[in-house]
Amino acid sequence: MGRTLAEKVWDAHVVRRGDGDEPDLLYIDLHLVHEVTSPQAFDGLRAAGRPVRRPDLTIATEDHNVPTVGVDLPIADPVSRTQVETLRRNCAEFGVRLHPMGDAEQGIVHVVGPQLGLTQPGMTVVCGDSHTSTHGAFGALAFGIGTSEVEHVLATQTLPLRPFRTMAITVDGRLRPGVTAKDVILAVIARIGTGGGQGYVLEYRGSAIESLSVEARMTICNMSIEAGARAGMIAPDETTFEYLRGRPHAPTGAEWDAAVEYWRTLRTDPDAVFDREIRLDAEELTPFVTWGTNPGQGLPLAERVPDPTRIADEVERVAAEKALAYMGLNPGTPLREIGVDTVFLGSCTNGRIEDLRAAADVLRGRRVAEGVRMLVVPGSMRVRAQAEHEGLHEVFLAAGAEWRSAGCSMCLGMNPDQLRPGERSASTSNRNFEGRQGKGGRTHLVSPLVAAATAVRGTLSSPEDLD
Amino acid sequence: MEPFTTHTGVGVPLRRSNVDTDQIIPAVYLKRVSRTGFADGLFAAWRADADFVLNAEPYRSGSVLVAGPDFGTGSSREHAVWALADYGFRVVVSSRFADIFRGNAGKQGLLAAQCEQSDVERLWRALEAEPGVEVTVDLREKTVRAKDFAVPFAIDDYTRWRLLEGLDDIALTLRHSAEVDAFERARPSWLPTTQSVAG
Repeated sequence: MGRTLAEKVWDAHVVRRGDGDEPDLLYIDLHLVHEVTSPQAFDGLRAAGRPVRRPDLTIATEDHNVPTVGVDLPIADPVSRTQVETLRRNCAEFGVRLHPMGDAEQGIVHVVGPQLGLTQPGMTVVCGDSHTSTHGAFGALAFGIGTSEVEHVLATQTLPLRPFRTMAITVDGRLRPGVTAKDVILAVIARIGTGGGQGYVLEYRGSAIESLSVEARMTICNMSIEAGARAGMIAPDETTFEYLRGRPHAPTGAEWDAAVEYWRTLRTDPDAVFDREIRLDAEELTPFVTWGTNPGQGLPLAERVPDPTRIADEVERVAAEKALAYMGLNPGTPLREIGVDTVFLGSCTNGRIEDLRAAADVLRGRRVAEGVRMLVVPGSMRVRAQAEHEGLHEVFLAAGAEWRSAGCSMCLGMNPDQLRPGERSASTSNRNFEGRQGKGGRTHLVSPLVAAATAVRGTLSSPEDLD
Repeated sequence: MEPFTTHTGVGVPLRRSNVDTDQIIPAVYLKRVSRTGFADGLFAAWRADADFVLNAEPYRSGSVLVAGPDFGTGSSREHAVWALADYGFRVVVSSRFADIFRGNAGKQGLLAAQCEQSDVERLWRALEAEPGVEVTVDLREKTVRAKDFAVPFAIDDYTRWRLLEGLDDIALTLRHSAEVDAFERARPSWLPTTQSVAG
């Protein structure tokens, strides 16, 4: 019987098959490290007297804690500063390459890896961050791990893992103008729920997926974890190869040819069987926004805030009631009438150059509404430099938005970029959990196009709502 | 890691689904560089509410948390497990756990016991009818016992074995170093390294 893409990549990395109940031991090709989930792992190595087995397959960046203004100054928050300094000390001691604040390659770990060409088809990629699923856009098997597993990979370059089940998510047809990768993945999560992907690797396929750029594919794979799946994958194709060609760490010459020949085999076989299959019609999708406090609580922008009393399932009804109370929303309110205080454009979901271009196209010649604050936070310093080369920063500044340096920023509010209690945001990030963007903050997840249009009108909007 | 065989302690009913790791411990508490001291961040936002279950005696001193489905979704932060353990929890019971949380729990000796939702609701009723009632979780028998009834829970056999024995994963893997060496020698040469490249 044929194998799926995920099974092919898995099989190619098995160091040792587990006996009976034992997990397989998988080799890890690339380990990405950041300041928040690594200090205790390095401590563990020191305590046991163990080295990092493959510092040459490990790379670190500072992203979660870093301020996005005044990046040439010391970090004001002493606890954040300690964490960043701890990463610097650990990387120096164990010989790990680090891109610190102020470096031209610094940025969000999931933006940095792909743009350096370190993420390639068929690889296994891990990081102590759940959005490692992003790298699956290249046909890599990429997933988030906890700190104990970070220590395990640092020490052994392997992980003991039990095989995942596989789920095909097929999106056929053509996406309508104004409908983006973000709308596709929000619709997928609303369909299968925040637990629907648990235990699975999701493989996104179909003509609508094939027509997407690599950056848009990253947006989709990034949020696989929001459906409960540790990993999402898309088979590599010419679009992938063209993205990689010429990047700093991509192979060259005969090695490139050998790599491409292998990468072309990384497709699910026609006779392979998925454990579960889901289908979406691209033509039916419209801009999607969340109304609740988990990423599965989303609806098309044209809809209204749902009425919990009409939800049959008790667990979901209680969850919806709690969500509406937290979000300060009334059932029946048109989503388009929900006003926001803040718009956040950025994150590992939507902080790449294409996202900035899309938002800038909407904002060009327009102004951010009175009383609305818009933060534009590029995913990496390289994205920031590219945007400035294209003059996008001038569009954002002319519209009244703030132009920041790279980092995770308001996606999770570990740095000073936070919502105040009761404030409401339209955010291109990935989680609308209670307090995610600041204690008491209320988050609506949106695409970059919806974020920009919302900034202009002050209520949740798509570009077609603009004059 | 301390071996885990059985544990008896006060059961805490948490009638919430989708308890994500941002609720278990908000990001602002993740800045410490140690593994300890995270108890003060546990459910920080909810604990500010006087009606939250952990603010009531005798639940305050609970060690077996009984929660709704999809517990531990979201971020991979192992701090969520550290915070629960630091507070004093030894067991979390839920009808569905997020994969990464379940894995993290298993590494730290926190038992993630998966029960049917109907059994979770039975436990909730028992814990609410008589606050402070003790629950016994037996990993050998794979049961959660409260009052006069016991419900079964599921856990994969390998994690169960490691918890019962208190074994460290890294030491187990290092037994296979020769196989890792052999695998490394056969990796294709085009695969990237992170060493800086010219230009």
